[in-house]
Amino acid sequence: MTKFLQTLMDGTAVGSLYALIALGYTMVYGILRFINFAHSDVFMLGAWFSYEVAKIMGWTGQDQSHPVWASAFVIVAVMVACGTLGFVIERGAYRPLRSAPRINVLITAIGVSLFLENSGQLPFLLGTQPQRMPTLMPEHALFAVAGVSVRAVDLLVIGISFALMALLEWIIYGTKLGLAMRAVSYDTKVAALMGIPVDRVISMTFVVGSALAAAAGFLYATKYPGINQPAHPTWVLLGLKAFVAAVVGGIGNLRGAMAGGLMIGLVELFGAAYLSPHLRDVYVFTLLILVLLFRPEGLLGKATIEKV
Amino acid sequence: MALFPRALRLAPILLALACSGQTADKGPDAGQGGGEHGSDVILVGEYGSMTGAEATFGQSTHNGIMLAIEEINAAGGVGGKKIELKTYDDAGKTQEAGTVVTRLVTEDKVVAVLGEVNSKLSLAGGRIAQQFGVPMVSPSSTNAQVTQVGDMIFRVCFVDEFQGFVGAKFAAENLQAKKAAILYDQGSPYSKGLKDDFTKAFVGFGGEVVTDQAYTTGDQDFGAQLTSIKQAGVDVIYLPGYYTDVGNIAIQMRAQGITVPMVGGDGWDSSKLAEIGGPAIEGSYYSNHYAAEEDRPEVKAFVKAFTDKYGATPDGLAALGYDAARVLADAMKRSPSLGGKDLAKAIAETKDFPGVTGHITIDDHRNAQKPAVVVEMKGGAPHFVASVAPGQ
Repeated sequence: MTKFLQTLMDGTAVGSLYALIALGYTMVYGILRFINFAHSDVFMLGAWFSYEVAKIMGWTGQDQSHPVWASAFVIVAVMVACGTLGFVIERGAYRPLRSAPRINVLITAIGVSLFLENSGQLPFLLGTQPQRMPTLMPEHALFAVAGVSVRAVDLLVIGISFALMALLEWIIYGTKLGLAMRAVSYDTKVAALMGIPVDRVISMTFVVGSALAAAAGFLYATKYPGINQPAHPTWVLLGLKAFVAAVVGGIGNLRGAMAGGLMIGLVELFGAAYLSPHLRDVYVFTLLILVLLFRPEGLLGKATIEKV
Repeated sequence: MALFPRALRLAPILLALACSGQTADKGPDAGQGGGEHGSDVILVGEYGSMTGAEATFGQSTHNGIMLAIEEINAAGGVGGKKIELKTYDDAGKTQEAGTVVTRLVTEDKVVAVLGEVNSKLSLAGGRIAQQFGVPMVSPSSTNAQVTQVGDMIFRVCFVDEFQGFVGAKFAAENLQAKKAAILYDQGSPYSKGLKDDFTKAFVGFGGEVVTDQAYTTGDQDFGAQLTSIKQAGVDVIYLPGYYTDVGNIAIQMRAQGITVPMVGGDGWDSSKLAEIGGPAIEGSYYSNHYAAEEDRPEVKAFVKAFTDKYGATPDGLAALGYDAARVLADAMKRSPSLGGKDLAKAIAETKDFPGVTGHITIDDHRNAQKPAVVVEMKGGAPHFVASVAPGQ
């Protein structure tokens, strides 16, 4: 029972972070029909900016002596920073290629990804050393259920992730911007004819997606405070799993990305705990293969008929 | 209008490629004097991870090598000639390591190669050095296979078999542990090798490895593995990984309420370990090549010179880089010529060389025979606990 509850809690926390990252992949795909490979690097920068912002503000200790609002400040700051970065990436790298073949955009995305990773390692930017994220959130155990101590930070990671997902739901289905995004995603040309500023909507999509990735980066750095170097394989692996989550849930579908993220997190951790930890990535990618074989449009995706 | 905008559209791609290409000559001090070397200079090549995931390893080693070469040159060089170092970055990538070593031996025509830290990369570079008959000295690759590549490949560090033995001996005798758990990185030959060597030695001491759990490079959640380890109920946990992972594992382990001591290998050796692990890593032990506070004249002189030059306490990798360069220079002085065969023979004859990381004797398998130390993390820094000599 202890093992089950511990795994359930870990899986939900990891899964909700995958979900936050997956949303960025799925939003961009839904509108532009291409995979933004630089997304995992925006997530990486979210984690690193969190560390940098905390350092600038002088919150460096691991003793939880920082003001209560410190984490709120940092999370908003990194969301703004990465949102701006997402805007710049779209503006500088993807927009000039809007009418080019999709493969060009795809290769550019890989280029942007490599650029962010490697320029981030420059000594005057983020450097090549891993860093310790300061302790901004309370880490003490709140209560214990069947031998599993639940820490405040675990609940906060899960809580903030779900709150952000609810916020995104509201933006997409409750605001004019969301309506415009859905229209552009449905049919770009017709949306433009209806007077929707397509370029601005696409920009906003990148801003929102990148801000969510930044929040995920902050939560990730809070939960796993040893932040790896910008070019470390850990970021690519996480991005890949989040991408799998988006595909499993049905790429282009927001609720699918959320469900997919949670599912990947749970499958990964339950597989590692009950079957064998040696194959934990195998479970994730086996799930992907199964979904692609039996339900290629994803769990919540709509089947599309390719017009030839 | 057609040409110019198209070129502009390519700009982001070109920019990205230019920055990601990891062009070989990006390493620190790479360009200095390159190519133009007269007969009064001996050119030595170095390849290492100056960028990429293992950049700290490459940079530490490079600092150690640079310090050694400066000292050797200040003392008159080798036979009146100054040693010049040519450094290339392999970005921690296997294929890059092969490329840059090829470049060092065929284009720059170096007399010997120093490198790498990571055993995987030493294997890749070593094959090239062997093929062209240029001696290579690895400062700190501990995997057994590295020097098995051929008679041109040497190392100045001990091998993992010995390191696993030291960890097991310490766990069984000093910590009185009977039951051990292992959590290792299955994507790393170093980590896997140490796991096997520790298990063999620990069983030999009458202990039992109750559970071995694995993770993959890049994993950061170890909850599932730690839950299994917690349920197994052990006296000690062996973690043959690198410092960032170890720091994260330690934090999650203590958060889950596992309080038994952790023991690791030289992959822990970084000032970042204490910073990342914080209080969670306190009271853990690892085997290493040297301890900065050892009471030997070589160590004291090295630590002082290094601290004066770089403003930081040298880690084991810097000490090994320093030793590798000095062992090589020592062999050059004894060698009748700087040809590959003569030089390799001279390196092989190294006996009782007073290195910072212990007295170095190169054995028949071109490995260094020398003691290991065990250090304890206390107050945010490693402190000397014990020294274990080979064959003990």
